[in-house]
Order: sequence, then C-alpha cells, then structure tokens
Amino acid sequence: MKRVMKEFTGGSAFLSILAVIASLVVGGILIALSSPEVQSTATYLTARPSDFFQALWNSVFGAYDAMFRGAIFNYKAQDTLQMIKPITETLAYATPITMSGLGLAVAFRSGLFNIGATGQIIFGAMFAGWVGIYVDLPWYVHFPLAVLAGVLGGGLFGALVGFLKATTGANEVIVTIMFNYIAVLLLGYLLKTPILQAPGAVNPISPPVKDSAKYVFFLGDQFRLHGGVFAMIIAVVFTWWLLNRSTLGFRFRALGHNPNAAKVAGINIGLTYILVMGISGALSGLAGTSQILGSEQVLTLGVAASYGFDAITVALLGRSNPWGVLVAGLLFGGLRAGAVTMQANQGVPVDIVLVVQSLIVLFIAAPPLVRAIFRVKVSKEVAA
Amino acid sequence: MKLELRGITKRFGAMVANDNVNLVAQPGEIHCLLGENGAGKSTLMNVLYGLYQADGGEILIDDKVVKFSGPGDAMAAGIGMVHQHFMLIPVFTVAENVMLGHEPTKFGGILDMAAARAKVREVSAKFGFEIDPDAIVGELPVGVQQRVEIIKALIGNAEVLIFDEPTAVLTPQETDELMAIMKQLREAGTAIVFITHKLREVQEVADKITVLRLGKVVGEADPKSTANELASMMVGRAVDLDVEKAPATPGKPTFKVEGLSAWSHSGAKVLDDINFEIHEGEILVIAGVQGNGQTELTEAIIGMHGKTAGSIQLDGRELIGKNVKQVLDLGVGFVPEDRTEDGLVAEFTIAENLMLDRSDRKPFAKGLNINLAYLKKFALEKLNQFDVRAQGIESKAAQLSGGNQQKVVLARELSRELRLFVASQPTRGLDVGSIEFVHEQIVATRDSGIPVLIVATELDEATQLGDRIAVMYKGKIVGIVPSNTPRATLGQMMAGISA
Repeated sequence: MKRVMKEFTGGSAFLSILAVIASLVVGGILIALSSPEVQSTATYLTARPSDFFQALWNSVFGAYDAMFRGAIFNYKAQDTLQMIKPITETLAYATPITMSGLGLAVAFRSGLFNIGATGQIIFGAMFAGWVGIYVDLPWYVHFPLAVLAGVLGGGLFGALVGFLKATTGANEVIVTIMFNYIAVLLLGYLLKTPILQAPGAVNPISPPVKDSAKYVFFLGDQFRLHGGVFAMIIAVVFTWWLLNRSTLGFRFRALGHNPNAAKVAGINIGLTYILVMGISGALSGLAGTSQILGSEQVLTLGVAASYGFDAITVALLGRSNPWGVLVAGLLFGGLRAGAVTMQANQGVPVDIVLVVQSLIVLFIAAPPLVRAIFRVKVSKEVAA
Repeated sequence: MKLELRGITKRFGAMVANDNVNLVAQPGEIHCLLGENGAGKSTLMNVLYGLYQADGGEILIDDKVVKFSGPGDAMAAGIGMVHQHFMLIPVFTVAENVMLGHEPTKFGGILDMAAARAKVREVSAKFGFEIDPDAIVGELPVGVQQRVEIIKALIGNAEVLIFDEPTAVLTPQETDELMAIMKQLREAGTAIVFITHKLREVQEVADKITVLRLGKVVGEADPKSTANELASMMVGRAVDLDVEKAPATPGKPTFKVEGLSAWSHSGAKVLDDINFEIHEGEILVIAGVQGNGQTELTEAIIGMHGKTAGSIQLDGRELIGKNVKQVLDLGVGFVPEDRTEDGLVAEFTIAENLMLDRSDRKPFAKGLNINLAYLKKFALEKLNQFDVRAQGIESKAAQLSGGNQQKVVLARELSRELRLFVASQPTRGLDVGSIEFVHEQIVATRDSGIPVLIVATELDEATQLGDRIAVMYKGKIVGIVPSNTPRATLGQMMAGISA
C-alpha cells in the first residue's frame, strides 16, 4: 500500500502525460471499433480499403473533434458567446473535481489514503445547503457563512476519520469507504424528513438555496460557470502554500514519507492525522459548496455526482501536486464537457469517456506498463 | 572443488558495484573477503549465487565455466550460502527446514521425515553440533539457528560455503564457536568464503584475505597483518582504530534510571528492573547482543515505549509519562539505531531533515511559514561543521552514504541545548572514516559535561568508547563494570553470567 502510494505521489509529470496520451489512443481504438460505419466497411476491407480508412478517420477524428468543440472552443458556433461557452462548461465541471482532488492530494502526500471524498462533499453540501436554505441574512454575511459551513462540514467529517485512526488505529481506507455510505444514506434520510425536504415535495429534494447564499454567476444566467472557479484558484494556491511553505505541511509530508522518523522527532502523529484529514475533508467540503451554492442549488441524492471518485483519479494524475491537480481537474472537466457534445454530434456513447478516465487510472497505477509502451528507460536499477 | 571468479563486473546504472573482481576459493581454505559496507561484497556474492547476472566476467568451477541463472543452479553446483538474515521458517522444525527444497519422499510422494531426521543427526554428529532435528527453529538461540543454516547447506552437498557477515547477530562466545566450526569445515576439505568487515575475525581464521574497496580488489593481505594495516587497506588511507579520549571527569549524576520495567504489546516483560545512573561528562555504554532490551530501553527514555513502570529522571525531572516532544524539549539528544527508518526522512532534503524536530518553533518557523532563509543558513552551517559530503543542502537524504546520513542526524541532535545524549549503535554500518568522526563527536559531547548513553553491540566499540559498561541480557542489567574489564568477562556477561 505504502509503495503504491509512493508510486502515485512520487512519479513524474511526464509519466502522467504519457498515461493520458495512451488512454486517448486506446479510447480512439474503442471509438473506431464501436462505429457502425467502420464495422460495415471492414466487411469489404480488401475490396475497397479506402472506404474503411475513410470511415476510421471520420469516426475517430469526428469524435475527438466533437470533444474539442464541446470542451474548449466551438469554432462551428454561430456567435462568439456560443463559441466560448465550451471552455466555461469545462471550468464549471472542473471546479468541484479540482477542489476535492486538492483535498485528496493533501491526504495522499501525508500518507493517508482518503477514499472518502464522496462523503466529505456530501457533508459539505448538507451543511452549506442547510445554511443557504434556512438562514436569512444579507448576502455579504449569508454567502461567506454558507461556504464556511460547508468547509466545516466536510472538515469535521474528515477529521473524525483522523480521530478514529489516531485513537484506535483504524485503517483510514476502510473507514472512509464506510463513511461514504453513511453520508449517502444520511443525506437520503434527511431528504425525506422536514429537516431538508422541500415542503410538499414527494421526491427526496430540498428547497432551493436562497439567492443571497449563491456563488455569483458572473457571466450571466445562460452560463453554468460561477464564482466557485475563483474559490478553486484560491484553494490551489492555499494547498501549494500548505504543502510547500508552511510548517504544518512540512509535518504532514514528514508523516507521509516516514511516520517513524516523524515520531522520533517528536511530531504528534495522532494530532497530525486529525489535522490532515480535517483539511482534506474541508477541501472536499468546499467542492460541496460549489455544487449546492453554485451548479445545483437544490440538494438531491446526486449532489456529489461521481466527483468523489473522479477526485481520486485527478489527485493521482496530478501526482498530488496542487498545480498538477489543477491541470488534471481541467482535463477531467474537459472530458466531461466534451463527452456531451461527442454523444450529441457523433453518437459516440458517453461511456467512452468513462473508459478513457479508467484507462488513465490503470496506466498511472501501472507505470512499468507505460514505461514499456513508450520505452522510457529506467534510470537506476535498485542496488542491493 | 575449486571455485574461481574471473573479472566479474556488475553495474547498477552508472554505479559500478563490482569492477573486474577476481577471487579463488580452494578446498580446505578459508578465504576472507574484507571490505567496508558498500564495497561490493554482497553484490559479488549475489552474482556468484545467481541472484544477479554479471555484466562481465565468468564463474569457473574446477576450471570449467559455469552459468547460474538462479540460486537453484548454484546450489546444484555445490555452492551453499549462510545468509546474514537466516532463510529459515521459524515455525518449522529443524528437519523440516533442512529438507525444504529437496524433500526426501517415500513411495507415493509421502514425505520421509525419518530420512530427514537421520540426515540432520548425521551431519550434526559429524561436526558436534548437538542439534535436535525436532526442535522448532524459532525457539532456538540465534547461534544454533545459524548452525541449522550450515547443516542445510552441507546436506545440499555444498563443497563451497559462503558465509555472509555471519557474526553480526552472535554473542562473542557464539562467534568463537562459529570460528571453530569454520576451522573444522576447512579440515574436512570445504572451501570457505567468509565475508566480513570485522578485522579480529579475519585475523583469527583467514588463510587468504582479499580486500575490496569501492567495487575493486585492492589487493590480497597477509593473514598476519595487524588490524590497523587491514583497516588502512580497506579504507585506502592510514587509520587509527583507537578512540582518542582523555580520562573522564565525571560530575554530578544527573541522569538516573530506577526500577525501570517495560512490557511489549503482547504483555511480555522486555525490561526488568533496570537501575543505573550516568554522571555529567561520562559515557555509559549499554553492551549486549542485539535484541536483549536495548531498543526498548532507549524507547522508554525518549517516551516512545507504551507500557512502562519505574522512574527515569533527568536533572531531577521525571521522563516517564512525557511524550517524545516533551522529552526532547528537556534537552535529550537521540540518535536512533536505524537511521533510515527512524532518524531521517529519505525523500526530504538535508535542510528539511535538519529541522524535522523543531519545525514548529522559532527560528525555523515564522508565523505559519517555514523560515526558508534561516533554514538555509542553518543547514549550510551544519553541513560545514559536520563535514557532510553532499552536493548541497538540497540533496535528498536518500542520496547520501550511510556515514553522511548519520552526520546529518548527529548535526540535528547535537544542535539543541542538550542535557543528555543517547545514541543507539551510532556507528552501525558506517565506513571507518565516519566511525572516527562519530566517535570524536560523542567524546566531545561528553567533554562538554553532558551525560552520554551509548548502545553498542560490538565489544570493541563498547570498551573503547565507554567510561563504564552496563551489560544487558534478556531485559536485565547483568552488571555495570569499568571499561577495562577483560573481553572474556564481558562476553560471559553478554551471555547472562554475572561477573
């Protein structure tokens, strides 16, 4: 486990990039295989090979072109606003994934394998949502208070894991996985009680968050991008500062690399576990606020979407480095935004994007495989 | 059977671990392979044993070239190895361990335990080992376990036996017994390759000595060479193995341990009523074979051992019940026995390792930030003062040699305001040059009027460094004696017999 984590956090950015390229190539092959045109032209491949290669090119290029138009810049759109809309979609998707990925990066760098982003996002969203829905205050108090509540919610839920590990030695992987169930089921329960359920609603859904607690939609209402993106930038800078410049982060990293040496040097291991998990959870809690006070605005069971698990991939792909996580988060945001267009324009199933995402994890988890594919030389054999 | 290594070269990336090494082992001869840690001894033997493939050179048995692709081939060719860390299964009996890999079977593939037992008895009787084939290996003393390893190699019809640092885990008596066994094997016509860095042992049994330095054979030494001559060859410059120190001028006894007992997680008593005191300006060495409670004692002092009773007082203040941080803050400097495991964060830079214990306070902390400017200044100063050979303060600890790693640990621990200095096996695995430096630092610390506690497993170090020696055996202190006590007496004490 420790060795696996070292591979994840210690590998080079170069290998991450190779993993992404390899995944996109395999994704392309799958797109080609699933295309009806490619399949039909393959039946008379020897007779008219040009048809087959034409179809092959059309399917793969068409799919990735659609993805580009959906994720970055739509050069086929009618007006400028529609042209730049894709990149704002990417940013909107990237915001919660990146925030939560940063939280996981903090934990990974400290040697704790936090799998509980889902639960921590949900707790952030519940806390922020409750304040946003039921508290009545002017926006300049209400909004910060709601965000703070979300950060606190995720942070406390995370810190509890650290507390259990510190006091009982419970394995954080198991605890966080179980805590995800607790969070999901608790949300489901609360959405059926008057505590969170909208009055008169039949479905498990909350009343909408008050306008005074929402992130600003600074590009106007037709865009999904909101002020959370700025919170994301702040979170990146904060995480970088924490891990690289602060004395607290120094102790986090010492714990991550060598808990024994940290202990002998007088570092309070138990307290550090709690702080690591608290901050890790708080960043996922922030992702929860971006969902409830930004994109979603009502609490439903789907508030965390699959972001909790995407965040794990993003943290790994970004090698648990804050800037790397940002880049990986943007990539994943782009894949999500692009997938929608890809399906609409080219009929390529959205699942292809999930496959690409999974392949990225696979390629990162297996650096020797990536090295073998790209013939990256191993610099040093391990001497005995 | 004659074994010859000719021109063996083995590289790891840019590092050349073995450079054109030649070695001949003749039947009825003990050939010592002498070299410091990292000289390439183990690499060479792993090449011979088929664990590594050489990049150049060849292995010859009775003047015929052979190729080993794994330990199985080497064993089949008659090469046996007694590993430093025994390759035995503790829950198996002696007979089961010995037959593992080439089990004798009866009709239908049933294990022939009787045959295995008989074989063990036969070899055991031949060399006077007195080993019960039905004893559980894990319950045997370390020295006896080693004999099981030897039997295992002999039953595999080994004609060349390789001993890889075999005395590291033995008491002085057990070492003497092993030397006797090696001589006996020599008489029986076995070719022996004895890998070690301990000069005393070389002088005692060697017929031939090959000295390895930085992967190269620097020459053969005369078995009658003095320890200083051998050491100089090993290191490549003149060395003086004696610790230079003036007689101690002890002050007040400021460090007192009274009635200290400790229990392991499973409830076993690991420290049993330990009593001693150390005066200011005095070095007390805890001697003993590894695993007799020394680790637990140092852990108890710095507040890391869970269940303890009794009293540990420094300057009249009780240390028991305090956590590591509080103990360190009272002025305790601590060098752990395993520096890579407990002393350093390998992935951290030298500078980061130097602030590991004080990252939370001034001057290393400036508010919530690390004071990078001060850290740089501090690290450069310590690098200089402690002669750490590295590219710079940004070098990772993992890139340093063992000696330089230990200097970093010492630099950190000695840069606090000290009232007690505790070092556990401070020279373990270090090169001779670094050992000299570490010893100098320890003596200088003593001379500045601080009580010093050293855990040593090698008698030479204990007698040279210590002003007094406390011998530990099975969690108890057998006795506290002056450092000029004869080796034989100390050896007996290490086996639990009080002087």
